[in-house]
Amino acid sequence: MHLLRKSMPLVVLAAVTVTLIVLGGCPPAPEPDAGGEIIPPPGEGAETPGATLEGEPIKIGGIFDITGPASSLGVPERNTAQMLEDQINEEGGVNGRPIEIVIRDTKGDETQGINAVRELIDKENVVAIVGPSRSGTTLGIIDTVTNAEIPLVSCAASRKITEPTKKWVFSTPQSDTDAVAKIYEYLSNEGITKVALLTASSGYGISGLEQLQAQAPDAGLEIVAEEQFADTDTDMNPQLTRIRGTDAEVVIVWGVGKAPALIARQMKQLGIEAQLIQSHGVANRDFINNAGDAAEGVILPAGKLLVAEQLPDDDPQKELLLEYASDYEERFGERADTFGGHCWDAVMLVVNAIRENGPTPAEIREGIENTTGFHGIGGEFNFSEDAHYGLSPDAFVMVRIEDGDWTLIE
Amino acid sequence: MAARERPHTDEAIVPNEAERHAARRRAEKLQIVAFFGIMALVPFGIGNDYYLHILIYIGLHLILATGLNLLMGYAGQVSLGHAAFYGIGAYASGILTATYGWNPWLAMLAALLLTCVVAWLVGKPTLRLRGHYLAMATLGVGIIVAVVIRQWTDLTGGSAGLTGIPSMTFFGHELTSDQDLQYYYFVWAWAAALTVLFANLVASRPGRALRALHDSELAAQVLGVDTAGFKVRAFVISAAYASIAGTLYAHSSMRFLSPTPFGFHTSIALLVMVVLGGQGTLWGPVLGAFTITLIEETLRPYADYDIIVYGLLLMVLMIVMPGGVSRALGSLIDLVRGWVPALRGGDEP
Repeated sequence: MHLLRKSMPLVVLAAVTVTLIVLGGCPPAPEPDAGGEIIPPPGEGAETPGATLEGEPIKIGGIFDITGPASSLGVPERNTAQMLEDQINEEGGVNGRPIEIVIRDTKGDETQGINAVRELIDKENVVAIVGPSRSGTTLGIIDTVTNAEIPLVSCAASRKITEPTKKWVFSTPQSDTDAVAKIYEYLSNEGITKVALLTASSGYGISGLEQLQAQAPDAGLEIVAEEQFADTDTDMNPQLTRIRGTDAEVVIVWGVGKAPALIARQMKQLGIEAQLIQSHGVANRDFINNAGDAAEGVILPAGKLLVAEQLPDDDPQKELLLEYASDYEERFGERADTFGGHCWDAVMLVVNAIRENGPTPAEIREGIENTTGFHGIGGEFNFSEDAHYGLSPDAFVMVRIEDGDWTLIE
Repeated sequence: MAARERPHTDEAIVPNEAERHAARRRAEKLQIVAFFGIMALVPFGIGNDYYLHILIYIGLHLILATGLNLLMGYAGQVSLGHAAFYGIGAYASGILTATYGWNPWLAMLAALLLTCVVAWLVGKPTLRLRGHYLAMATLGVGIIVAVVIRQWTDLTGGSAGLTGIPSMTFFGHELTSDQDLQYYYFVWAWAAALTVLFANLVASRPGRALRALHDSELAAQVLGVDTAGFKVRAFVISAAYASIAGTLYAHSSMRFLSPTPFGFHTSIALLVMVVLGGQGTLWGPVLGAFTITLIEETLRPYADYDIIVYGLLLMVLMIVMPGGVSRALGSLIDLVRGWVPALRGGDEP
């Protein structure tokens, strides 16, 4: 034992030396070959950020929750980023230079997320970053990208990301503010005045509830019942029974996952006549599969991608949506979804800004901020100095579930 | 010393043992000074802010792993929920500073007290029992804390996270999020102080008592060691280490807290750091913190395969070096010493 303890200083020295070699693999100091081979850097050599050498790839960072709890968001986003990189480079790149999207996984963990961002900024010298997938992983890196002055186009929806407006941060997904506005617009056109609310106690549900309450007076709606449920609840009868006791014409449910489908089923069992309206949080196949028959007739706001074929031919997004959907399905063998769309918008906003304004981080930021009338997957983007969320309620369409599929409501 | 009054037969052995102990302590002190001295110079040797940023997190992991080592390597108990104490420290600091506008240092102290109370409440009843009941209890604590953080939305921000955490201050100077170098020294100064504290604790009478009970609880009891009491103290101290690391995390360049980093997988990662590095040694957790964090960082570009490679690496390391990296490196160096006569120190009797 004591022999071993005697050798401890050597152990520690060895460890520190190894660390220094590993860590010091890349600094500009004239270090011999030893270090360079330890970290295999994909495309080392970009010495200055945004070097404008002819033919040198423009590096864009992409960080997504590829593994972990939010992988259902991160995987289609990663796929979309890879697909776009190939497509853009096949078509001659951006301003004659190829683009390279350096993709990193946050594993859904904020610490991993910030480490990945630092790697992208300091080691890969990216000029802009798209992602992350979730609000948490996005909010954790806002200070970092702001200090580094690298534009970030997030694929996460939380209002905290763009309100108040942050100089270097943009986001692409449709907000719940706009979803509520779209629903209320539909309801007032239908002449409905009394609504019951049933919202999840999760962050998504609470944020939805705030908007539903705030926008009701302007839409001439009276909220006759307000109930809540937890994502893990299996019995919604108490809440639904209380709602049945009111004269609500419409029940609006705000949640994600299995619970909203359960509500649809139990509403049918209880024989509640009121029209069921769900949020854009259930605009996926899982909801139809889980709710079964009870999904029939449910109305919800959704991105146009869901009903691309049914859009009128003069819709400016139609061609793009169909193209994206078929490209994605051809390459990955799965249907394209909203989340991949968020990433498409994020990448193309950056690429568009490079084309219009230039390839340095500051030029890209300015380029995105000045983008107007940009048609993406999510809708028409109009950014300005104080609006880093570029969509409007028109990004949504109202759809009804008929015969187990989405039908556009005119 | 008490040893002096013992019968003559022991006289010949006891001073020798005491001398060795003193020599070991001197060597340890030298190692600590050398190691943290090198760490103080590291920022001048690395050319990239990314590495500095990673080293800040290695510093946090070092504090966490060293605390856990006290529990695992000395008190012989396992905590499967150590990330919970990390989380309590982080969230208590974050909430008190962001929501209630407390001074970060005061908040740190409050977080530390809260963590110690929670650890004491968990440890007191479970550590009276023989066997790994603490492991079960801490597993529960980990789950409860994770649920509370996620569900007590008004206080913690829930899964949307806690924003607006102010920067740490140091004698009136703000350690803002764009000052990696300052925060690096701040975190590593804590790491150094807590390592020194650890080395002293372990060398003290309580430390020797802990080691005795790690080897045989019954024997320790027979020798008059209050085993339950020492285990509780070790557990509370190790939770306190986690709490300090949590506070440092809350005020790091993220200045944002969300539940994920304080979940079960972090508890396991900490466990791996201690075991892989070599539990029951001063430098084991240090090596573990470096190894695990660096493996994670170097594997990130391999995206989908990194988890598989990570698992394989851990398996291979544990099979090849069951005593941990530090012990394996130690024996390797001994082996080399055997071959190279010049390296054989004259100090060996």
